[in-house]
Amino acid sequence: MGDDRVVEPLIFEISRPGRCAVPLPDLDVPEADLPEGLVREDLPLPEVSEQDLIRHYTHLSQLNYGVDVGFYPLGSCTMKYNPKINEEMCRLPGFVHLHPYQDEETVQGALFLMYYLQEFLKEIGGFAGVSLQPAAGAHGELAGVLMMRAYQIDRGEAHRDVILVPDSAHGTNPASTTMSGMRVIEVPSDDRGNVDLAALKAACEEHSDHLVGMMLTNPNTLGLFDEHLEEISGLVHEHGGLMYGDGANMNALLGIARPGDLGFDVLHYNLHKTFSTPHGGGGPGSGPVAASERLADFLPGPIVAVDPDRSDEDAPFFTLVMPPKSIGRVKAFYGHFGVMVRAYTYIRMLGPEGLRRVAEYAVLNANYLMHRIKGMYRVPYDRTCMHEFVCEGRIPDAPDVRALDISKRLIDYGFHPPTNYFPLIVREALMIEPTETESKETLDAFADALLKIAEEARTNPDLLHEAPHNAPVRRLDEVRAAKELILRWEG
Amino acid sequence: MKLDPEARYAKTHEWARWDGDEIVCGITDHAQESLSDIVYVELPEVGDTLEKGDVFGVVESVKAASDLYMPMGGEITAINETLEDAPELINQDPYGEGWMIRFKPSDPAEFDALMDPAEYEAFVAEEEGE
Repeated sequence: MGDDRVVEPLIFEISRPGRCAVPLPDLDVPEADLPEGLVREDLPLPEVSEQDLIRHYTHLSQLNYGVDVGFYPLGSCTMKYNPKINEEMCRLPGFVHLHPYQDEETVQGALFLMYYLQEFLKEIGGFAGVSLQPAAGAHGELAGVLMMRAYQIDRGEAHRDVILVPDSAHGTNPASTTMSGMRVIEVPSDDRGNVDLAALKAACEEHSDHLVGMMLTNPNTLGLFDEHLEEISGLVHEHGGLMYGDGANMNALLGIARPGDLGFDVLHYNLHKTFSTPHGGGGPGSGPVAASERLADFLPGPIVAVDPDRSDEDAPFFTLVMPPKSIGRVKAFYGHFGVMVRAYTYIRMLGPEGLRRVAEYAVLNANYLMHRIKGMYRVPYDRTCMHEFVCEGRIPDAPDVRALDISKRLIDYGFHPPTNYFPLIVREALMIEPTETESKETLDAFADALLKIAEEARTNPDLLHEAPHNAPVRRLDEVRAAKELILRWEG
Repeated sequence: MKLDPEARYAKTHEWARWDGDEIVCGITDHAQESLSDIVYVELPEVGDTLEKGDVFGVVESVKAASDLYMPMGGEITAINETLEDAPELINQDPYGEGWMIRFKPSDPAEFDALMDPAEYEAFVAEEEGE
């Protein structure tokens, strides 16, 4: 387990009394005393020079690992490269200096961008309406299930409170359902990784009178396209339910299949995954929610619309409106605007053909990688995958080696580990999503590292148990970290 | 995989054992091994009445959080409070100090419907081999 190497002291540890970065100007107003009860004796803020401060945070940034540093195949997270032009666009002064309380007439450019982003997302997903309000993926899910519930209430079915969730769904699906006050009924997978149709039929029949709908991630967390999508959607609709699509895996479908055409009534996008905006500590997310004709009136608002009374032929006038049966606001102001600018830029840079190529390369890369390693790492649901796949992090002849050991050893080879232990239906799961932006050389280097690690697991398992060896910190004590949470510095 | 010869087993990997006219219950050695290091456990209130198959708590490890299911119906008479500070007891001694709940069964016959050690061992082998 870990050693005592100090990679970088805490900012508090380099603090020296009286040292400061910026001398405050002389007082030019009368000095006043604060009320006694409000004055604290101690305020243990670090005291450092400007240079100390810059070096400290620069050192920390150099220890960071991100997609600009190397391969980041974190399954389900779509850690694709984020083109830097996105950053340039969202830093344009006209966007940066906007104020959310400005009059609509003075922000037509921003509303234009939001309107067309809504239109693009409608077209990409095959939906009738889009709201850009939700702040991230799970927030979009919550908005979506609240819309489904509102729809059921609106048609006089307020007693409906059941949502079906397959065991291969994203973990946020049951969480969003529970947060919305509804009940989750889990549906098992069959041996090809599809939703078990017989079990789904039984669940639909048992809960027919209470069914709000079903949340389906497609492709699912095994990276597999459900082969019975039509039957699933037919069954759920037959019992008065709606189909919710988790769009986190849209990277596999862009320009090829549209969830709205496949029977989904509502879907959230993850702009920070599919549409190349930074995430995972690199920036806020954005989880627009899209809806079919049936649900469009329930979208959270405001959304951007064209005001026909104030438009002329060449110049549409954009305005913010609330959909007629809206579930209301789910976010202050208009959502994460900076993220929208990045996603809009990405879509415009690629165009329809480019977006389709994204999906094609994402699927090709995942299948290539799967075929390179599956002789050594068992793939339990072994069929053509979509943008990601799940293998078992277990090596024949190395019974003590677990997925976690393999992942930690990958760090020594300079790679970010894949997602571990998810989905739960695969033992010692390693969930690998290479994305479309990686070259064959990178994929080969990663596959070579995994195969070499499998060899090490047999010949020198301790190398894996003690990994990482080359990282700034050694193996972290996850158990102690979970049990003894220390969230702030305590002198 | 360790087994308790006195206990009976549920497909959801809980064990149940008679102690007088009450049932003691926890999760199996196989379950704790699959979960790996357990960091947190949430148990019901004494006095709660639950049916067979109802969720009686949650166990959380560094890998995953899992629901715990009643192997039989009954009224909770005691919970293992030491697990709050020492959830690792479930890893160390799943059939002993790592016990989770005691309850007064509503239908003692439900015990006989559970798997005996040999049946459970075969069940796990089948699950593992799939």
